[in-house]
Amino acid sequence: MSIHADVNTRPPGPGRTAAARLACVLIQPFLSRVVHRTAARHPSLFARLGPHQTTDFLIDPVELPFALHLRPDPEALVFRAVPRDAAPHTGAAIRGRFLLLLELVDAEQDGDAAFFSRDLEVSGDTEAVVRLRNALDDIDGSLAEETAAMFGAPGRAMLARLRRAYLNDTKGQECI
Amino acid sequence: MTKLTLGPIAYHWSAEARSDFYARIADEAPVDDVYLGEVICSKRAPFHEAELPATIDRLERAGKRVILSTLAEVMLKRERKATDDLAGIDAPEIEINNAAGLFARGRRPHRIGPFMNAYNEATIGWMAARGATHVCLPSEMPAPAIAVAARAANDLGLGVEVQVFGRVSLAVSARCYHARAHGRTKDNCQFVCEEDPDGMPLRSRDDQPILRVNGIQTQSESYLDLLPETPQLVADRVTHLRLMPQRVDMVAVAQVFRDAVDGRLSMSEADARLAALSGDARLSNGFYHGAAGYRRIAMAAPV
Amino acid sequence: MSLAELICPAGTPAALRTAVDAGADAVYCGFQDATNARNFPGLNLTPDELAASVVYAHAHGTKVLLALNTYPPAGKLDLWRHAADTGARLGVDAFIVADMGVADYIAHAHPQVRLHLSVQAAASSPEAIRYYCESFGVKRVVLPRILTIPEIRQIRKEIPCEIETFIFGNHGLMVEGRCSLTNYLTGQSTNMDGVCSPASDVEYVRDADGSMSSQLAGFTIDRFGPDEKAGYPTICKGRYTAPHRPEGYYAFEEPVSLNLSRLLPELIDAGVHAFKIEGRQRSKSYVRGVVRAFRAAVDDIKAGRKANIADLLALTEGQKQTQGAFETKKWR
Repeated sequence: MSIHADVNTRPPGPGRTAAARLACVLIQPFLSRVVHRTAARHPSLFARLGPHQTTDFLIDPVELPFALHLRPDPEALVFRAVPRDAAPHTGAAIRGRFLLLLELVDAEQDGDAAFFSRDLEVSGDTEAVVRLRNALDDIDGSLAEETAAMFGAPGRAMLARLRRAYLNDTKGQECI
Repeated sequence: MTKLTLGPIAYHWSAEARSDFYARIADEAPVDDVYLGEVICSKRAPFHEAELPATIDRLERAGKRVILSTLAEVMLKRERKATDDLAGIDAPEIEINNAAGLFARGRRPHRIGPFMNAYNEATIGWMAARGATHVCLPSEMPAPAIAVAARAANDLGLGVEVQVFGRVSLAVSARCYHARAHGRTKDNCQFVCEEDPDGMPLRSRDDQPILRVNGIQTQSESYLDLLPETPQLVADRVTHLRLMPQRVDMVAVAQVFRDAVDGRLSMSEADARLAALSGDARLSNGFYHGAAGYRRIAMAAPV
Repeated sequence: MSLAELICPAGTPAALRTAVDAGADAVYCGFQDATNARNFPGLNLTPDELAASVVYAHAHGTKVLLALNTYPPAGKLDLWRHAADTGARLGVDAFIVADMGVADYIAHAHPQVRLHLSVQAAASSPEAIRYYCESFGVKRVVLPRILTIPEIRQIRKEIPCEIETFIFGNHGLMVEGRCSLTNYLTGQSTNMDGVCSPASDVEYVRDADGSMSSQLAGFTIDRFGPDEKAGYPTICKGRYTAPHRPEGYYAFEEPVSLNLSRLLPELIDAGVHAFKIEGRQRSKSYVRGVVRAFRAAVDDIKAGRKANIADLLALTEGQKQTQGAFETKKWR
């Protein structure tokens, strides 16, 4: 399996669309809590975003049934799941596998390296993406851990399982 | 009176081509100062060193002031020696393009070349205190910075020079890109750069002409043309306007600038003549206007 | 034996702490403006952040070097002077400078702070280096990435200051401080504004077949096939056509990173005092990985052990690495 195939192909289908809508509704309360908590705990990241606090970002984890719409405006934070066929027109888009995106947020992976290897795809306003990356990179600790901790032991267990699954998956790729 | 200068030939023109070129410049071109010498590649220097005394003599007899320019990049033993040798000369004047030259020259008088990065009044002041008599500003400087730098240099009694015509030096490297294009290295280049007397053109992936390769140097694809800006340059106390030798009729180019600066030719007529003389080359003035260098910015009001 | 200090990049306060924790002997950083050559959006430190960072670094025995390594255009010198005053007040251990006017100002206004000569000054001969040492009291020169090890060894014998060389990261092709390529296409200057291929002018366009074009100010600098590794959208790493090369080729250099891990013992033996890791624009993850690996390698060498350098290939541009000019002059 090639990552690029994943990045590039997103077949829509009527059944998939309905499932995507449902997934979006289910995950929304979680996303809202995550983004508000992050903003409250790390106010410095807004300064690094500069004029791009009001830019709309599409964060597109290619293997999930939905994409994420982020507008890091401290006055009106938006972080919501959207079905791909209903995704808003955004200023910048970032595509990659979900755990890669999570690891980038947590500085477990280097964004430039992921870009060089073509595992990460960027489109739209490049400066917006660079600012978001630098803003997130200046956060100490792990956003993923913080988020998982919000949901107690079950949250942490789920994160650990996700990571194991991702590691197994990427190891498989290296063998190809 | 504003002086016109002819910069050093950036390319690997043959000794014969150089000698013919300077004979015509001596007889016909209305330029005041002529810079000679190899600035780009130390490997080329032996090809025209033998002709140099005769060329200097020819130009001086025609009333031109000759200045010898030093190498922009000094790393190898032969480059260090060449720089050291030039720095020891009492006459003609020398133009220094590398800090190694400043070291060797000490406090004896010298000109500061465009590769010396004299971007501001503090640097110019420092250089003036160490014997600089004249400064050529970097080609990428925008108009407001040129005005401040020229005033400061003028107040210190220095001549101030700005390139107004020809391809702009955008970068130099230790690596030879002419050799690389032909699958060679710098040490066995076989002087393939001689094939491109106006630089080797590079086109982008979408087939836009973009850069020129000249050995270790990368130049602009467009010819810089600050002819419409010369009245402002003069008003800002720039004393010398530099024309870089290209494969066009440089005598005619110099005449157009001279006539325009002296008011014998309207700016629109002069600019049209310059465009015709430049052939296929695009003209640009973006750097002066604080825009992308390749761009051609129209003057807000006719002058 | 020389000190073999490890000089590490810090684009943000978090990256700075990461570098300190990973074993940096010194970190280098800059302010959020044109006074340094990595003036990228969302990067670098505010004066308050620098103040806290200096305290953190010094508490861990790590030095802080402040890059003031751009060329102020006439009329705008105050920004550079003010940055130097702020850095001196906050207790940085050295300034990294390129412009003679800036160097002269610091030598007079802050003589107690060390001056390092930036690679942006392009001092590539003993004479040039001695000019800066004798003029401004420069204590260390960062050498351009164009010299072979025998050449470095020779320079060391002829200069009165310390030598710092790059050992890992972006492999600059052009003589630093003499490059206006970015300004030619974008109107923003590397020397005066501290930018190189500014993100605001970069666009990545995906084509229908899965290939990607990287564009700078509307010029297509390169096009990567669906499975081809990518590089930075810099002009000197682009692919072009020439009369002899209609197929398109890397006219200057391929996307590739410098990695001198295997040459560390030779560099130490040649008298290099400090090793610089490039990458203030990179993530904490990069800083952590590269600094740890080189910390271990340098410690091994100092202890007389054979260095076992970790594989850093994944972090390199185009996922390719080179020893560049350091290994052989055929590179030229």
